[in-house]
Parts: sequence; structure tokens; C-alpha cells
Amino acid sequence: MSKNTEFVKFDKVDKSYDGKVLVVKDLNLNISEGEFITMLGPSGSGKTTCLMMLAGFETPTNGEIYLDSNPISNIPPHKRGIGMVFQNYALFPHMTVYENLAFPLRVRKVQKDEIDKKVDKALSMVSLSGFESRMPAQLSGGQQQRVAVARALVFDPAVVLMDEPLGALDKNLRESMQYEIKHIHENIGVTVVYVTHDQGEALTMSNRIAVFNDGKVQQLSSPDKLYEEPVNSFVAEFIGENNTFGGEVTDISKNVCKVKLQNGEILANPISVNSKGDKTTVSIRPERALINPKDKMDNNQTGKIEEVIYHGDHTRVRLDLLGNKEFILKVPNSSNELDLKLGNEIKVGWNSQDARALDPK
Amino acid sequence: MSSETKQILTTDGIPLEISLKKAERKNKIKAFLLVAPLLLFLIITYIFPIGEMFTRSIDDKMITNMLPKTFKSMETWDGKELPSEEVFVSFLSDFKILVEKKEHGKLAQRLNKEKNGFNTITKKLFRQVKRNKIDETQSIKEQIMKVHKRWRNVEYWQAIKRTAPPYTSAKYLKAMDMYLNEDNKITQVSEDRRIHRILWLRTVEVAFFVTVFCFLMGYPIAHLLATLPMKYSNLLMICVLLPFWTSLLVRTASWMILLQQQGVVNDFFVMIGLVADDNRPEMMYNKVGTYVAMTQILLPFMVLPLYSVMKTISPSLMRAGKSLGGTPFVAFWKVYFPLTIPGIGAGCLLVFILAIGYYITPALVGGASGTLISNQIAYHMKTTLDWSFASAMGLMLLGGVLVIYWLYNKLVGVDNIKLG
Repeated sequence: MSKNTEFVKFDKVDKSYDGKVLVVKDLNLNISEGEFITMLGPSGSGKTTCLMMLAGFETPTNGEIYLDSNPISNIPPHKRGIGMVFQNYALFPHMTVYENLAFPLRVRKVQKDEIDKKVDKALSMVSLSGFESRMPAQLSGGQQQRVAVARALVFDPAVVLMDEPLGALDKNLRESMQYEIKHIHENIGVTVVYVTHDQGEALTMSNRIAVFNDGKVQQLSSPDKLYEEPVNSFVAEFIGENNTFGGEVTDISKNVCKVKLQNGEILANPISVNSKGDKTTVSIRPERALINPKDKMDNNQTGKIEEVIYHGDHTRVRLDLLGNKEFILKVPNSSNELDLKLGNEIKVGWNSQDARALDPK
Repeated sequence: MSSETKQILTTDGIPLEISLKKAERKNKIKAFLLVAPLLLFLIITYIFPIGEMFTRSIDDKMITNMLPKTFKSMETWDGKELPSEEVFVSFLSDFKILVEKKEHGKLAQRLNKEKNGFNTITKKLFRQVKRNKIDETQSIKEQIMKVHKRWRNVEYWQAIKRTAPPYTSAKYLKAMDMYLNEDNKITQVSEDRRIHRILWLRTVEVAFFVTVFCFLMGYPIAHLLATLPMKYSNLLMICVLLPFWTSLLVRTASWMILLQQQGVVNDFFVMIGLVADDNRPEMMYNKVGTYVAMTQILLPFMVLPLYSVMKTISPSLMRAGKSLGGTPFVAFWKVYFPLTIPGIGAGCLLVFILAIGYYITPALVGGASGTLISNQIAYHMKTTLDWSFASAMGLMLLGGVLVIYWLYNKLVGVDNIKLG
């Protein structure tokens, strides 16, 4: 059985609230069946609006959304059969855990013993068996979150939407819940559309990530590609840490280009530059630049140590390199003794392949 | 078990509890001093007057003090046949003192209330005493009995005996259209004189329906207030609160202008052809007027508690209800409505309690069929000056409210009330 790669389809969707500003611009997005896709972006980037349009609480100003090839713009939320986990859980405070979970089944007129079975199964899935008669207020934040997840899944929806569900939890709990949700997704194979502004969350959980900014999808790809191969400087900046140089292309071939900086010249990988004279921002991940490189690398520079911060498993070194005083290096805390002292000059090298020449900022 | 646990001592060896009390004492005194003025105010303006009202409503000491010897000698009288000579002697001596103090008129009035006919025979006796016609050496009983034949009737002496206790429940019984008959049994007054019970029932009925109308009209307004964006909801809030900024009297008067037979509303009905010009409905000086005016005046008391509760209900709950497959109605009925019950309870209780004691509006627009028990209380306060009766009715009203509060607590739970 081949999976439907256009299970959820945003087709040229625009959304404006006031008729003046477009919150979502010409969104085209295909989500395949059983996929875990994350909409990632800063607040105000339009990601939550997309989710609300899919859930049916907002209508697209233009364009159409398809669910399993059926247009859904005219279907009210309660007939879409889409489960949703809300930011603040939205558990019904006057109902017990059991009643909360039974709600979607009762409105679907499911038989009583069938309800019992499904609620049981859903609760054991989030390891909350035995909590049926508790009220939501008697549960911890993490438990409430799990009840909300179970409630969104209990009626076997085709798609589950999650709107920053872990935002209110503390760091440790958030991480364990990430794995838990990921495992639930893997076990039952439901299509999940997940909205977050936390890139760590997005990278750990998703099959694919859609990075939103300014109402547009900037890049849609798998987590590793997103991190290793950002297609523009917004994505490079937004995902992970990043060292940048602004400059101008002076020479360009197929795989490498020369970029002239304020005081120096480096070799870079031309991604979104085409010809000589293009302005560009070169982006290098901190872990791709090495100190005293043993292998031959095509970029070799010398920088002055401005700051050293101990992080336990690694040390962050801030350099003044080629006029960029915010050049960050990550040095693993292995036994090799490096002379990391303030004011010392050190040699730094990286491959031109890892220095991506993107659009100018 | 707790008694077995070892007493905990502080490092200085003082028991922990005592040490804690010592440390907290200063704060407690401070806190008490802060609330003391309010407490004093409450005692003076609330608890003390209610106590005063209560004693006034059951007080019957006046006659007890007028006929002390008579009542003393009556203690041994079985009340079946005419009392003995001794009772007559003491009655005469009490009466003489009253005549000297010129208080015999009051006695006649009080006894007449107990049984009709006392006025005449007391006056006759007074004349005899005044002219010194009573010979103290002869049998007093015979002489008094000769004054008027009613003094020979045992029922009149029974009536005197009934007034002996210093306290009476007569006012309460009267408010229920009942009285104590000759045999000390609670009896209903004749049917054509039962006015109070109708008033009580009507008061409860009006209060109930005003509460229902306020709820029906207030719920959507409160919901709108809670969900509209700030700039609109502020304006709407001002509209809701506007009645509070106008005097109650002015508001009631404007309802009179609107509702009277030649008033604005009737003119409008005639204009659109809803009613004929010579057949204008009466919307005032009856229950309709009371309902309309009271509902409008009490509406804010329903809207505000509802609003404050609805404000706290997250809109995502309704969304959750819908996304889980509930129709908008199911989401409202199963999710939103149950969460507003504390506000409904508070609003209904508030409106009902205010309505049950409402005075000005029914007095002005109620007419004969729209007046309530509070108007009756005012009538006895101002016109008949029967303050003890007014007190009794006031206390019954208070008791009724307490009963409703108790019922509410049993059914919904007072902890669930939310006034904002």
C-alpha cells in the first residue's frame, strides 16, 4: 500500500485578518500520510494560523486546503475529524480524566463498553492507567499534557494537530515528553502536524520541518538537511548556532566561490549566489571550524581569543576572526591540551564546502 | 494518635505551639484592630437593629406591666369559670393605678385588640372608679360584674389571661393570616381577610420570574462582554453599568413614562397597528410593570457575576469541544455552560434576594396587583405605626432569604459562588 503523499494539502493558501496584511502568503504544502511534520518559526510567522486553518477555526482568505483529496474549507471543525492538542491543554476542568477522554466518543454515539475499551487503551498509551477518576486540576502539568494527547488520539483521527503543546512544561519534562510523543507517533502511525518555536523540539521529533518566517515557508526538509544545508540565511540563523561573514562574490565556479570580506578573502560553497558581484552572507556552523586543523583545509585563518566559556562537555571560544568578533568555536572537552587563553592567537580552518554562501542579510 | 506524638520544643525549651502563638500574637492583634472599625460598624448598623427588631416583634410587655397583680392572682385560675374574688380585687387595684396614671385608655386599646368589646366595658368601669362608686368593703367581684354584663362573661377574663405572657407570636401569625383563638389554637382568619399570604406568594413569584428574566437576558450579554475585543466590550460594559449611574427613582419614573396607557410603548404599538387605539393594554400598575421595571433595574447584578466567570473560561475549551467532534451546541452545553454555573448561581442568588425585598419600584409602578410584601412593611411602618408587625414581617423576609441561601448551599454549594 503506497502512502498518500498529499494527505493534507495546502494549495495557494493566503490568510489576512484585517485585509491589509497577509499573515500567510501563498502557502503550498503537502503532508503525506503518517508523517510527523513540524511548523517551526518565530512568533508571528503564521505557523499557528496555518494550524488553525487546518483545524477549521480560521478560514483561508484565498486558496484551499485538502484533506485526503477533499476540500475542507466549508466543513465546520467538528466534522473534520481532526484531533487537536492545545497550548494550554484545554482539558475540561469540570470533567474527570475518563469523561474528558470519553467526550469525543460520546458525541460520536459510541457504545458504552466500546468507550471504556478505547479510553483504557488511550490512557495506557500515555501510561496514565488508573487516573480515570481524577480531575484535571489534580494532575501535574506533564500528566495533563498526556491526557490532552490521549484525548486527541482516542477517537482515531486521521490527523492530529499540536499547538506548542510542551510550551508550559519545564525543561526536563519537555524533553521526556518529546520522546513520548515521538514514540506514540511511531507506534500508531497517525499524521501529526506540530507547531513550535523551539528548534530543539522540532529537530528531535519531526520527519520534516517547515520553517516559517514572515508568512512563508522558508525551507521544508528533514531535520538533518535543515541543519546541515540551510537554503537561506534566515534558516541558517534560526536553526542552531551560526557564524556569518558578509561580503561580495569576486569569483565563482561550479562548487566554490571566492568571497571578499572587509579584511580578507574566503572560499565558500555557492548556494544562492550566481555571479560575480553578488552580495552574500557566508554561514559556517561552529563545529565545522577546527582549531589547528591537521587535515588540509581550504580555508585557514588566524583569530584572537576574546572569550572562553566552559560548558561541561565542550568549551565555547569566541574569536575575533576576519573582523567578526562574534566568531564562535565549539571545542570538545577531550584530553588534547589546547592553549585556550584570552588574547592568544590560534589557527582556525574549515572546508569551503561547509561555508555556505547564502543570500545577503 | 496525635496525642501520643511527642511535644515539640523549640531550641529554648518552650513548647513549639506556645512559641508560635507568642510570635503570631502581635500580628493577630494588628489584624483585629484593622477590622475592628468595620466590625463595630456591622454590630451597630446590622446585628443590633436586627436584635432590636426581633424583640420588638415579639414584645408584649406593656400589658404585663399594667396588670402585674391581676396576672399574679390569675396564675391559680383554671380559666373555665369566672375567676375568684381575689382576681377581681387585684384587677381593680391595678386598674386604679392605671386610672391615676391616665393609662387606662391604652389598656382598653390593647385588650380590645385581643377581643372586641373591651373598649366599652373598660370605659364604664373607669367611670365607676372615677366617681368612687366602688365600695371596697363589699364584694368587688359582684360590683364589677354589675358594671356591664360582659364583665360577667368568662370569655373576657380568658382574653385578659391570654395577654399575660410578656412575649407573643401574634404578629408572626398575623403576617401569615392566622391568630390564636380562645382555646390557644392557631386558626386562619376568615377568607376575605387573608391578604398577607397572597402578598408573600406574589413576592416570591415576582422575585422568581424577575430572576428568570434577568438570567435569560443577562447570559447572552455577559457572553458577548466576555468574548468581544476590549474596545467594544468596554463600551458594552458602560451600557450595562449605565443604569447604576442614574437614580433608581429616575429610572422607575422613566418606565412610568414608557409604560403608561398613553405612554411611548403603547403609542408605538398603536402606530404599527399591533393594538387598537381604544384598546391600549395596561402595562403599568400591575404585575407587568413590576416585572419590566425590576428586570431592567436588577439586570446588572446578573450580568456582572456571569461576566466575571465567563472571562476566566479559556476560549480554547470551546474550540477543544468542537475539534473533538461536538457540534457548537454540544460544545456549549457540555463544556461552556457547566463552567458558568458558579456565575449563574451567584447572579441568581443576588437578583432573587434583591428582588424579594424590593420596594420603590413596585410601589411606583406596581399598582394594587403589583405591590409586594415590602410595600406592606412600609405601610405599617409609616401609616398604621404598627412597628412590631412591620418588624415581624421584616424578620420573616430575612428568615426566608436565609432559608433560600441554605437551600442554595445544599443544591449548588456556596463555595461555587463567584462574584468577581
